[in-house]
Amino acid sequence: MSAGHHHPIYRPADTPVHRLPPQCKLVAVVAFAVCVVATPRERFWAFAVHALLLAAVAVAARVPAGAIARRMVIEVPFVLFALAIPVIGTGERVQVLGMSLSLPGLWAAWNILAKATLGVAASILLAATTEPRMMLLGAERLRLPRLLVQIATFMLRYLDVILDQMRRMRVARESRGFVARDLRQAPVLAKSAGALFIRAYERGERVHLAMLSRGYTGEMPTIRDISASGRDWGTAAILPCLAAATALLAWSTT
Amino acid sequence: MHVPDGFFDVPVSVGAGVFAAAGVAVCLRGARRELDDRTAPMAGLVAAFVFAAQMLNFPVAAGTSGHLLGGALAAILVGPYTAVLCVAVVLLVQGFFFADGGLTALGVNITLMAIVTSVVGWAVFRLVTRTGPRGRGTLVAASFLAALVSVPAAALVFTVLFWLGGTAPIDLGTVAAAMGGVHVLIGLGEGLITALTVSSVLAVRPDLVYGARGTAAPLVLRTAEGEVEVGGRPAEAPPAGIGLRPVLAGGVIVAVLLAGVVSFYASSAPDGLEKVASDKGLSAQEKPHAAEDAPLAGYSVKGLSDQRLSGGLAGVAGVALTVAAGGGVFYAVRRRRRLTGGVTPAGAP
Amino acid sequence: MTSGSPSLVVSRLAYAYPDGTQALYGVDLTIRRGERVALLGPNGAGKTTLVMHLNGILTAGHGTVEVGGLPVRAGTLPEIRRRVGLVFQDPDDQLFMPTVREDVAFGPANLGLRGAELDRRVRDALERVGMLDALDRPPHHLSFGQRRRVAVATVLAMEPEILVLDEPSSNLDPASRRELAEILRSLDVTVLMVTHDLPYALELCERSLVMSEGVIAADGPTRTLLADERLLAEHRLELPYGFAVPAHPG
Repeated sequence: MSAGHHHPIYRPADTPVHRLPPQCKLVAVVAFAVCVVATPRERFWAFAVHALLLAAVAVAARVPAGAIARRMVIEVPFVLFALAIPVIGTGERVQVLGMSLSLPGLWAAWNILAKATLGVAASILLAATTEPRMMLLGAERLRLPRLLVQIATFMLRYLDVILDQMRRMRVARESRGFVARDLRQAPVLAKSAGALFIRAYERGERVHLAMLSRGYTGEMPTIRDISASGRDWGTAAILPCLAAATALLAWSTT
Repeated sequence: MHVPDGFFDVPVSVGAGVFAAAGVAVCLRGARRELDDRTAPMAGLVAAFVFAAQMLNFPVAAGTSGHLLGGALAAILVGPYTAVLCVAVVLLVQGFFFADGGLTALGVNITLMAIVTSVVGWAVFRLVTRTGPRGRGTLVAASFLAALVSVPAAALVFTVLFWLGGTAPIDLGTVAAAMGGVHVLIGLGEGLITALTVSSVLAVRPDLVYGARGTAAPLVLRTAEGEVEVGGRPAEAPPAGIGLRPVLAGGVIVAVLLAGVVSFYASSAPDGLEKVASDKGLSAQEKPHAAEDAPLAGYSVKGLSDQRLSGGLAGVAGVALTVAAGGGVFYAVRRRRRLTGGVTPAGAP
Repeated sequence: MTSGSPSLVVSRLAYAYPDGTQALYGVDLTIRRGERVALLGPNGAGKTTLVMHLNGILTAGHGTVEVGGLPVRAGTLPEIRRRVGLVFQDPDDQLFMPTVREDVAFGPANLGLRGAELDRRVRDALERVGMLDALDRPPHHLSFGQRRRVAVATVLAMEPEILVLDEPSSNLDPASRRELAEILRSLDVTVLMVTHDLPYALELCERSLVMSEGVIAADGPTRTLLADERLLAEHRLELPYGFAVPAHPG
């Protein structure tokens, strides 16, 4: 239950990772995440290799470890969940520091922690090196339904506008002495949410009018396009290929 | 609830991904039908609203706070197809742009939070508005029940997925109880905020509420030549504040049926390890659950030998209690507001 | 301001919103090519409703609208929307694309332009409003005044017959207001400007229309109209404190 974190992670820079076409990076990161999830949890060394691969990307992209660590906070609720698994888990039990813990539970906790952490780190690296706009162009290039990409484009364009309105409403509430203490204050918050919806909806209608006024007929024109060369794909493939090799090796030594 | 990587094995992640993709594809077509060339800007703006609304924290109890999932709310405000698209886009953006939620778990996340909440929420909403008397009270009550049921419904589907391909050795009963318990509470908050939000939109721009379509007065055009009627429905019955109890009853029946059926299947195959343990007489080694003696512990009712049946019954009982409690709170709030005079003052935040 | 086929002819235009509120009760007006005309009037006079008819966003309940001789109707909408450049009051409504470049390109791209020709149009339009530097910036990183200038560029890129601006000076600081006035004066297009800002109308437009209760209540030289105190009072128009317009300059 993490509330939306809306501060963009993108860190402008000019590195080989930043320069890679977005569609290559998207495929590479998703493939990497799949390889990580498919790695057997008993092979500790394989996860160390995955982590090293990501570290290498971070160095190449000049994304400092601190920046990644700060964004990792998003994972905290699941760390807590993972820590609870050995306690409530079933199966054979072992004594650790006087506590009776489930052995399969410990494995499961390690499994979730390791994979979730690697997955989050990979996503952070993607978002840190890819401008949001480029990410959308990459998604379109990858044949994601155009309508879906357009919805995301409009959403990102107006997110700040709407969050701004929300902030102003909060200031207005608080400057009149409002404090949300318990559910009795819910009607006030809900009224803000209702007003926010109406404003968002009406803006949607006006935006549509503005689009019509400039000749929109239901199809967004393709104005920018990014092509990727074989070399780009080759470069982007390094990460998932190494991760896949690691996962395969881990399986074969089981 | 944003599930990270590593929670589910590869087959379930891929399966949920395929399901989510199919669901989103259906909704893309549906939304196109409803919104036509307005789909992209309208759904984009509503998605931004859902994103913002999810940041609206509301205090639940004892210092904890919850926030909206927004699936049911979006379904009531803009229709189920557009709602699924909006929430799915929010999840995609959170996953790729904000590193929130695992990329391999996107299918699971979209299935749970976009598809299940919107579809269940909409189904409950439709059922209640169809069976209840017409009027704003019914719409608001239906919104409450829709949102309330949508959250534990998502939690139940999570439990089913976990049973299919979870990577942690927790028995299904524990997961169901934990997820169910927490999400029933969250559902109450979700229901309350959703109902009040829908109510405040109804007060100002009833025409914007998708779920309230067909309840508006007839339209008349006035031109220089005179008045021209352009059709529309006959005026509805005066807003009824009385029909709350039958409406609640209808909602309870839906919720109970839903929970019963899902729980019935959820517990149809007990967790492998647990089964082995009980077969071999090793159950004694298991750590007792804290609330073992509570009547609904582990989601199975004491004194019933058939595990599927008892699991189903426990689910029914759990949701019935929830709905009753939720209905009570809602009824009290409504009464209080009626007593203090203003139904919902129009406008201003 | 000599003869030539008029840029805009509106005749006997009436309209009621679907909710039953009637906003226009028979509007008649003609704007000749190259004119800059201000449309004045109190809130609720029907100004915005009229503007929405000029490019066919709203369809006339009665009467006609012609742009450069072409009537507004279903079949002519693409060409009408090229000819009428509508600048909305809130630039955030108008600038819906992720970057300034893509936003300015949206209109011409819908007209089928691509490649170098599209790029030329975009640069040209931004040049005319002095915003070429902002080419690759996202709109929400610009100041309000800059956003409004880019909004003007988005319609200039379509090379319109007539530029229609809804409250162009609203929310602008004095410097941005002056800069926009200079830009508007430098443009060689017909302009219809909806505004509450009477000094701005006086500064930019020789001719004004006063709209009230859904009809054109007065039409004449801006200076004459603004000097007519009774007319102003009758239509809830007010000059700023300390501002007076002599009927004849000098």
